[in-house]
Amino acid sequence: MTRRELLAGAGLAALAAQLPVVALAQAKDSVTIAQTLEPPTLDPTSGAAQAIREVTLQNIFEGLVKIDRTGKLQPCLAESWQIADDNVTYRFKLRQGAKFHDDTPFTSEQVKFSFERAVAADSTNAQRQLFTPIAEITTPDPATVVIKLKQPTANFLFGLAWGDAVIVAPATAANNKTNPVGTGPFKFVRWNRGDRLELARNDSYWGEKPALAKAVFRFMSDPQAQVAALRAGDVDAHTNLSAPEAVPQLKADPKLKVTIGGTEGETVLGINNAKPPFDNLKVRQAIAHALDRKTIALGVYGFDVNLIGSHFSPLHPAYVDLTGTYPYDPAKAKALLAEAGFPNGFNCTLKLPPPSYARRSGEIVAALLAQVGINAAIEPLEFPQWLERVFRNKDYDLSIIAHTEPLDIDIYARDGYYFQYKDPSFKELIAKIAVTLPEAERNELYKQAQRKLAQDAVNGFLFILPKITVANAALEGMWTDWPLPVTPLAELRWR
Amino acid sequence: MIGYILRRLVALGLTLLAAALVIFVVLEILPGDPAAVTLGLNAAPEALAALRTEMGLDKPAALRFFIWLGGLVTGDLGQSYTYRVPVLQLITERMAVTLPLALMAIALAMAIGIPLGMLAASRHGRLADAGVMAFAQAGLAIPNFWFGLLLVLVFAVGLGWLPAGGFPGWQAGIGVSLKALLMPALALALPQAAIIARVTRSSMLDTLQEDFVRTARAKGLSEGTTMRRHALRNALIPVVTILGLQFSVLIAGAIIIENVFALPGLGRLVFQAIAQHDLIVVKDLVMLFAGLAILINFAVELLYGLLDPRLRQA
Repeated sequence: MTRRELLAGAGLAALAAQLPVVALAQAKDSVTIAQTLEPPTLDPTSGAAQAIREVTLQNIFEGLVKIDRTGKLQPCLAESWQIADDNVTYRFKLRQGAKFHDDTPFTSEQVKFSFERAVAADSTNAQRQLFTPIAEITTPDPATVVIKLKQPTANFLFGLAWGDAVIVAPATAANNKTNPVGTGPFKFVRWNRGDRLELARNDSYWGEKPALAKAVFRFMSDPQAQVAALRAGDVDAHTNLSAPEAVPQLKADPKLKVTIGGTEGETVLGINNAKPPFDNLKVRQAIAHALDRKTIALGVYGFDVNLIGSHFSPLHPAYVDLTGTYPYDPAKAKALLAEAGFPNGFNCTLKLPPPSYARRSGEIVAALLAQVGINAAIEPLEFPQWLERVFRNKDYDLSIIAHTEPLDIDIYARDGYYFQYKDPSFKELIAKIAVTLPEAERNELYKQAQRKLAQDAVNGFLFILPKITVANAALEGMWTDWPLPVTPLAELRWR
Repeated sequence: MIGYILRRLVALGLTLLAAALVIFVVLEILPGDPAAVTLGLNAAPEALAALRTEMGLDKPAALRFFIWLGGLVTGDLGQSYTYRVPVLQLITERMAVTLPLALMAIALAMAIGIPLGMLAASRHGRLADAGVMAFAQAGLAIPNFWFGLLLVLVFAVGLGWLPAGGFPGWQAGIGVSLKALLMPALALALPQAAIIARVTRSSMLDTLQEDFVRTARAKGLSEGTTMRRHALRNALIPVVTILGLQFSVLIAGAIIIENVFALPGLGRLVFQAIAQHDLIVVKDLVMLFAGLAILINFAVELLYGLLDPRLRQA
């Protein structure tokens, strides 16, 4: 008997026991949310782990601005802002009456402190480039912050919504890793490492009071354990299930609600553009023609997810569908390889990091490439080794990984980035985007950039990581999409 | 005797030192920078450098080895790279789950295994005996993670009696905590119970051939009383020996079971630390396990020395 058959069998037995769980849920004013990874620390300004933001951002900590569930920028600790005609002076009007969880009043001083701390010499802020455009921060009065930039920076405000830009207080900043103190709608209560984190409603929150008094994050990495906990009613929701194969079975459960949403996670077959034969455009085009994205995504997930033809997420308004640039065509791929001087194909390696989407799609990609004569030997790597060998030392031919930072198309313009794509015109384009403030104009440039990457077949563009949200049918407010990976508890309520 | 102990102590110290050196070197040559793992794909070089300093990774390897060694001797196990809290605190937190889990598993294994073994011995060659032997065979053959999943499906998903996994923490109450440990302990106990049942059975069968048992029977004691009062005590000696040997197996099995049930124990800590490249935690834990094994060995050697004077000359 396989695990799946077992699950199915016990599912029938479970149906009878499920009814009372729903009835009980209605009187609840607490929620238990499961997520796959545990945050290593609770300070979003101290590490890149997505789990830190998922738990703390918009719950414990807040920034001047925030991203809502549709990806739009909203005011948060800044009530409003004005950008002067010089395009470099930002004047923020701050929220009155906001307080930190230790009753320290929120003022412009902490904004200045937080941003200066992020670029200090000993700062370990993983996204310090968000703050490097800042020339000067002044605080004319406690309710006003004026930030002057060195040059116009189009995505400056957007960056301020990230977890790395939350506002912290000088007295508590150093302890935020283990005892976070923010201004958010929820307060830290307890963290049982390896298992759960407990939060309680912040009754002196400046904004609308959350409906729930208590929230618990549970951390479970085992896919079977996730499914069992959801079905047993141990947890009320999972933010992003790691067991796509369980989706049909969970969808059939009337007690649960399953949604498949999008994220900013562009999954790419990374190509070492500087290494022969991949420096040859024809070879990369051949790879692009050999990739049957639909089959790959279906093989990994068992249901349809968003496919991509360039490094851009469909969640963004500037997205263009470029999946047709090099349609799946093995005959064409073979012809291109022959033109490039490889009529019999060639051998190479495909280095894969541990996430299951990478390992699973790697198998299918290798099979598809083999059909056109490219024999890619799979090498599984642990993540630290992947970082060292592929990412840092560029010691690879092909690799698969999802890039989950929002709007990160600029990585293709970075010197020494592991794709080794060096194109001056693309660099120029990204530099232009960075200083173009009008949104419509900027979106046009984003479209050009997407097309350029697609045409140059820089990477094999595969699909967007889905967000598989499973929640108790009576729980409302879970985010379906992840324009930014967060789980705002204040938006949850029981029906 | 004193000379013997001193010699063994020096050997013990050297073994521990060698173990520490091997562990350090092996983990040192692993590729991968813990700071890079923490800061991810978009990290600025300045932030990386700052974090490396903060973690003490900028110091030369030899110096770091001696700092680590000094810490081990003084009880300072260093700070976890990922959690940023003292490793000692992490280990104590996790012990509070793993130790009760192991003890509960042993208690369950004995409660199941010994009566079954006795039953099989008393019904030697009959149906009940065959049944117990079949159970023992199955108990040894079934992987405990699979048995764990089965338990979850029946008692958590199906019947809703027990939580599917996780651990609320002792501060949530002893009852709730024990409830959370029950299924994982049972999963761990199954193969142990099978071994104990087998050992009890064969040892009981041997004991029942002894003269003193014949005497007891001749006195007119009932078969049950004979077994409980006279045979069992003697038959249990090999069982206790096996239990001692199995303790380390239990800890190893706990690594898998703790993952199946999402329990925050030592086993899960090892797992996570390796995945997150938290090398300091890996180093400390491997050293802890190695140290325990070396110490137990040492105690056994001393015991042999006490029992057999000839060995002291060696």
